[in-house]
Amino acid sequence: MGTNTRLSGNEAVAYAMKQINPDVMGAFPITPSTEIPQYFASYIANGEVDTEFVPVESEHSAMSTCIGASAAGARAITATSSAGLAFMWELLYVAASSRLPIVMAVVNRALTGPININNDHSDSMGCRDTGWIQIYAENNQEVYDNYLQAMPIAEHCRLPVMICQDGFITSHALANIQLLEDEEVRGFVGEYNPEHYLLNPQEPLAVGPYGVSPYYMEIKKAQAEAMKDARERIRQVGKDFGELSGRFYDMIEEYRMEDAEFAVVVIGSSAGTGKAAVNMLRERGVKAGLVKLRVFRPFPREELAAALSGCRAVAVMDKAEGFSGCGGPVFAETRSALYDAETRPLMVNYVYGLGGRDVTTDTFETVFDALQKIAEDGHVGETYRHIGVREE
Amino acid sequence: MFRSAKDINERSTWQELTPGAEIYEPATSKLVMTGEWRTMTPVFDPERCKQCMLCVPYCPDASIPVKDGKRTDTDLDHCKGCGICAKVCPFEAIRMELGGK
Repeated sequence: MGTNTRLSGNEAVAYAMKQINPDVMGAFPITPSTEIPQYFASYIANGEVDTEFVPVESEHSAMSTCIGASAAGARAITATSSAGLAFMWELLYVAASSRLPIVMAVVNRALTGPININNDHSDSMGCRDTGWIQIYAENNQEVYDNYLQAMPIAEHCRLPVMICQDGFITSHALANIQLLEDEEVRGFVGEYNPEHYLLNPQEPLAVGPYGVSPYYMEIKKAQAEAMKDARERIRQVGKDFGELSGRFYDMIEEYRMEDAEFAVVVIGSSAGTGKAAVNMLRERGVKAGLVKLRVFRPFPREELAAALSGCRAVAVMDKAEGFSGCGGPVFAETRSALYDAETRPLMVNYVYGLGGRDVTTDTFETVFDALQKIAEDGHVGETYRHIGVREE
Repeated sequence: MFRSAKDINERSTWQELTPGAEIYEPATSKLVMTGEWRTMTPVFDPERCKQCMLCVPYCPDASIPVKDGKRTDTDLDHCKGCGICAKVCPFEAIRMELGGK
């Protein structure tokens, strides 16, 4: 089973789409996600899939196309980045509150301004509260694997899913990758047979009705409960995928955390760099570890509390500014997750890698050095820090 | 999950609503008493009415019932009191009154 090859992250996503053969794609090009609809359009042109491709005039229309198609009963997909995701903003809420299981590939890129085409997480972090499930990948293999898990999660939970990958790093760089056979993918993802859909002549259906104040809050509560319940489904699908492929997935990944005294929490491709730094530090006798957030929505509160509560000092890495004046979004939520833990580590925030700023093992070594000092001193000092920035 | 629109009301719990607030049947607007929004009420005078039927298609809320080829009194559960019927009536058979039942 499986084929070993080399693909860019974008091509891997497009290939996963081809293997799934969804019903409708509405898409508009934007760097660095452009290649995804580009590769996929060539599959359509070659007759390798029978997806209806809607070449829309904007990302607002791309998401609108997906909403209409999904409500009609189709499997609907799109791909975007940065300003394209921002232009979808109001429709992201419509998709989620209408409980439409749309799957979107998000190739993370900095939001303007200043205008920048390189990677950080400001686009998807900006829409973290829209009601979409968000799953992040460390490398091309995970991008592909996460995409194949998206529909079994989305369609079961009736929630839309973003599969996030780091612009240029895990979108354009080539890497070895193991692909599943088409039959395995079809068996795993299955057919989509929604219970209710607009094209069903047997059942007239209204989607997205006006929710006056006596109803709005109950509708939002039901949506919030669906997001809480999504945790169990995400774990189950990650386990099922592991039994099929040998690659198991969970809400978070703990790396050398068994006896770790110092840990970093990180999302996306920087986790790979962080793991290399952990290995170097371990050789020097530093009890370093790393926790990779794979799923950010729903937030893995309990898993993080369990993984981190035994540490002496923890650094939470944010690849996006939140402009809260006191730290990034991953820090705020991770620190909150530890509040109820019996023992809590000292915790510091590092905003890093904005607009494609390089992240190296040296970056992580600096962070781990700081963590050891924090543990020695017994206090954190300034919690809100930026790393990799020139300053006097 | 199927839940009839008539079973969903302002006392329904969040568990009793449908996913995404979907409605699985047509013509459920009849269940919403939009007549409560009304400030002006049409008063129909059957003596003056010549049954020309002009008011019926003009009504934006389909609130003028027709029975056996004749219009009957306005459906005040759904009439929002816009006054279009009174405006288009050539025989002054409909007048608008402030308030009303």
